Amino acid sequence: MRRLVLFLLLLVAAFLPFGVSAYVLGVLTLAYYFGVFAMSWDLLFGFAGEVNFGPTFLIGLGAYAAGLLDNHGWPVWFDVIAGALAALLGGLVLAIPALRLRGPYFGLVTLVAVLVLQQVIVIFAGVTGGEIGLTINDVLSLDPKINYWLAFAAMTVSGALLYGLSRSPVGLILQASGQDPIEAQALGFNVAKHKIAAFAVSALFSGFAGAMMVFYLGTASVNTVVDIAVGVQIIIAAVLGGRRTIVGPAIGAVFLIVAAEILRPLGQLSTFVVSAVALAVILFFPDGLVGHLMHRRGA
Amino acid sequence: MVGLQILVDGFAISTLYALGAIGFSLIFGVSGVLNLSHGGIMVIAAIAAWYLAGPLGLGQYAGSAGGVVIGALFALLTYALVVRPIQRSRAIPRDETEIFVLTGTLLWGIMLQEAIAYFFTDSPVTVRPLIGGVVDILGVRTPANEIFTAITCWVAMGLLWLFVNRTRAGKTLMAAAINPRGLTLLGYELGRVYLLVWTIYGVLAAIAGVLLATFLGTSSANVGVLTASAFSIVVLGGLGSISGSLLAAYVIGYLETATAYLVTPVLRTIPSLLLLVLVVYLRPQGLLGRR
Repeated sequence: MRRLVLFLLLLVAAFLPFGVSAYVLGVLTLAYYFGVFAMSWDLLFGFAGEVNFGPTFLIGLGAYAAGLLDNHGWPVWFDVIAGALAALLGGLVLAIPALRLRGPYFGLVTLVAVLVLQQVIVIFAGVTGGEIGLTINDVLSLDPKINYWLAFAAMTVSGALLYGLSRSPVGLILQASGQDPIEAQALGFNVAKHKIAAFAVSALFSGFAGAMMVFYLGTASVNTVVDIAVGVQIIIAAVLGGRRTIVGPAIGAVFLIVAAEILRPLGQLSTFVVSAVALAVILFFPDGLVGHLMHRRGA
Repeated sequence: MVGLQILVDGFAISTLYALGAIGFSLIFGVSGVLNLSHGGIMVIAAIAAWYLAGPLGLGQYAGSAGGVVIGALFALLTYALVVRPIQRSRAIPRDETEIFVLTGTLLWGIMLQEAIAYFFTDSPVTVRPLIGGVVDILGVRTPANEIFTAITCWVAMGLLWLFVNRTRAGKTLMAAAINPRGLTLLGYELGRVYLLVWTIYGVLAAIAGVLLATFLGTSSANVGVLTASAFSIVVLGGLGSISGSLLAAYVIGYLETATAYLVTPVLRTIPSLLLLVLVVYLRPQGLLGRR
């Protein structure tokens, strides 16, 4: 039943470009990239039990690596792959020492990593474009439909891989080490190795989607891919949709972006309303939108 | 000469950082809550002080006092509307309360920020200082307001120290930090202790917010930065350790001021961030934290 609903949703989404305007497609394209960010974050938080306050550190690395390579004349697809690898590398450098720390301390290191990246980008403005941003000369496609399908494919493929990983034995071990690291270790699982692997996977997908997104936006700037506010939005999307479900965070991200767009006529108040709704969901349905539905069905 | 300037300027900034962070640290120590709407409460207090003193014409004394009261009220509101419901919720597993409190207070902080921006715009305002004029300290021209700020902060922190160490209610607070279950077994109601600690926190954060606005100005855009700086000071000093927060506030305040004067203001926050990373890696419990 649940699978059927999901399948129908995806089917509708896949054929959407034939029915709606380019404007709607544009909004959804961005929302799908956010969906990838939120799902990658969920793998780390929902399963490995580590709060990553700096998803934008990984996204920013991917986005800027791809953008800078593009400015030096490398082809687009090479840049996207290189961006994903750059995020993977940065993620490993950050995670290997940081995962020795627990709870709020790990979160703090990831938060500081974002602040440092932001400062570095601003200081080396000559190379990175600083506060104004880096202009990207190439685009994925000029056709909004193709852009939409690319983003849609990125989200479904990443989602399927992440979901599969979370249901695999590795996902179970991750979940165990998130909930009770001592017992997981006692059972003979290498907790640190699994957590680092989870972080690496999360980094790879974040960097990949970040790199794709800059080629859609035509610019990489601190405000769109690095700022803490972006990271906060990703975390809210994941908790809103339902942590530990992978599918939920993607739905949460789409909901958040679309709601912000619909509420745009409210002007400044739109962010207020979105935050208030998210807060209400957290207070009253702490399992998130998708999590709530699944639990009710299960019970 | 520059050295003296750094010494004087850094002192005022550091003291303000300390006052802002101590309340934050106190709440974590007593109830295990990291309040990520901290900056929002500081800015609300400052904006209220500015609005009461300026547009409403109550004068700077009544305005500042009103700002502190309103800031404290919002701290209590944060506890009643966000933190308490999450702590009491049956649907949230115990070991995940922390992340829910973090996310919830973060959202609440964003709501405060947006509400301020909506009603008062996001253009910066400056609260009129309580004392005007300039004082000469060994050749460094210092606004009297900076000295007043430092003194007020130290008086507030001194009162807090006296309260915690010399009064019955204060000792209850300490006991709640050390062993909440023991305290309940002795017949104290934890709910009251939490209410008390949130009130104290609100007053401290509001004073810091109003004073900060008297010499740096404030706007809704500052909410995030203020929260982040309190968070990093508290972690640098050691979560829950008040003397650690005090020490860390001075380390960060002086590091920033020295960088701004000796290198360039653009790099102001870099050395303190690097120090923070280094400390978190090498000594995760912070400078004076116990674990």
